[in-house]
Amino acid sequence: MSHYPLQSNIFDDEVAKEPIRAGFGRGLKAAGEADERVVALCADLTESTQMHLFKNAFPERFIEIGVAEQNLVTVASGLARAGKIPFTSSYAAFSPGRNWEQIRTTAALNEQPVKVVGSHAGVSVGPDGATHQMLEDIALMRVLPHMVVVAPGDSVEAEKATKLIAKNDKPSYLRLAREKTPIFSTEDSPFEIGKAYVLREGHDITLLGTGTMTYELLVAAKELESKGVSAEVVHVPTIKPLDEETILASVRKTGRALTAEEAQIAGGFGSAIAELLSEKMPTPLWRVGMRDRFGESGKPDELLDLFGLTGEKIAVQAKEFINNTPQYHRDY
Amino acid sequence: MRGQLTVAQVEQKAAHIREDIIRMLENAGSGHSAGPLGMADMLAALYFHIMRLDPKNPEWEDRDVFFLSNGHTVPVQYAAMAEAGYFEKDELMTLRKLGSRLQGHPERTKLPGLENTSGPLGSGLSQAAGYAYSLQYLDKQQHRFVYTIMGDGELNEGNIWEAAMFAGKYKLSQLVGFIDRNNIQIDGTTEEVMPLEDLRGKWESFGWHVQEVDGHNVESIIDAASMARAITNKPSVIIAHTIPGKGVDFMEYDYHWHGMAPNSEQAKIALKKLRTLNGKITSGENE
Repeated sequence: MSHYPLQSNIFDDEVAKEPIRAGFGRGLKAAGEADERVVALCADLTESTQMHLFKNAFPERFIEIGVAEQNLVTVASGLARAGKIPFTSSYAAFSPGRNWEQIRTTAALNEQPVKVVGSHAGVSVGPDGATHQMLEDIALMRVLPHMVVVAPGDSVEAEKATKLIAKNDKPSYLRLAREKTPIFSTEDSPFEIGKAYVLREGHDITLLGTGTMTYELLVAAKELESKGVSAEVVHVPTIKPLDEETILASVRKTGRALTAEEAQIAGGFGSAIAELLSEKMPTPLWRVGMRDRFGESGKPDELLDLFGLTGEKIAVQAKEFINNTPQYHRDY
Repeated sequence: MRGQLTVAQVEQKAAHIREDIIRMLENAGSGHSAGPLGMADMLAALYFHIMRLDPKNPEWEDRDVFFLSNGHTVPVQYAAMAEAGYFEKDELMTLRKLGSRLQGHPERTKLPGLENTSGPLGSGLSQAAGYAYSLQYLDKQQHRFVYTIMGDGELNEGNIWEAAMFAGKYKLSQLVGFIDRNNIQIDGTTEEVMPLEDLRGKWESFGWHVQEVDGHNVESIIDAASMARAITNKPSVIIAHTIPGKGVDFMEYDYHWHGMAPNSEQAKIALKKLRTLNGKITSGENE
């Protein structure tokens, strides 16, 4: 495995935390500095989605759309036709929640490099409740041909992802979260669109995480280690296209897989892994995520705990899964 | 760039476009008849007089830009493009067939000269507005204009009114919208299905310059477009009153022809009707 540098204090109480969306804000400003074709459009949530950094730096390239998500992405499609690289932002519940058909027709089928940035995804939005806790966005976006889907694991990675999405010349979805979450990657950690990264090696089970859940998997792996289970942690920030090679190499070694996402497992990241494994390497799999239900109001920590999305709860699920499932060692 | 044709020449082009629409749809065996026939004079005026285009260089950087919003009417655009020389007329007969560049609804990536992909209604005005915003504020190219055609039934879509607010706010003066006001949609007349009137008042209240024209009078269409380009502090919309199925009497005004193609017998009669008129639809009626 190539070395993936992690922050040294990720399990300390003092671990640095920052909302993933903050990294997007910095990344967009940097992308704007690097390329004057980058423009930003927002649907009345400029500070919330961290687009204000770009707006303050490049007011002439920022376009306020108002609360009109259908117009948000279709105006962006027109700007892309005029040679621009448009980033659109809102809450994921509204974009792509409200405007999926417009994304499908005018960005994906039309092959325009419209960037859809969905902030405040997942149950960790907290007290706003189910209406604002977007859980279906991964499923909605990864089924679209030509669409790239990225859910960065922390703010440092979100900054790198934003800068690369600005350059990929493809319609792309960037999934962001509202709450402060631990920073596990470093400036030197690798990030490429379409790559997965082994953060920790193990041989009993592969834990595959995307977005905010990757950190929780690192916590789960530590917990499992204390119970005599050796877990490999694979960070999968790009949900589409999947890094099949890295994922299959890990699962071939461990013979069991567990996925974790702050989203519906139906159609989501866990489904993407299930599809891959079923076709290329049938392997026992447990998917951690939302199982056919909506979220509800509560504190982020309370909700993550309730839905089994903390490192501790994931470790319990992993242990139970391992106990009840034979390990499939095989030679493909 | 190709030179402008005279009004009489544009009318002749419209006649050819109508005949091609009938042939294409008969050959395809499915598609929409009424809308494309009703829009033929507008498309002829746009492609042969109003817009600055180079059919041999579809990506010409100084071109005017056309977004078809009601994508189901694309046979009229394909016919106009073939007439203008974007591709050979023979290719029109591949409409809706496997492997064709002429998809049932327009796909930009398939055919050079198309600026957008449309079909699901309501999104063309936004895309045109995005392009016009770029020209006005980002590229500072004042000599280029963005045109779009919307259907009237399409105005039921909320996306249209989001775009109308947006263009009004930013005073997108290089944006010119045409509304094909033919009063029909699939379930009946527009005023039965979901009333649009006071249509002029609606657009005016959103900050647009509004004109109404006879959508079959080429000279009026051209004049209205000139006026629209001269308005420098607002986006413009031209409500073009048209007759669905125009030129083929048994299709005119009949909403059943919205989503239907003629069979060979019907096509034969339709072509005869069109040839009898000899391209004199406009002046014949307005003289």
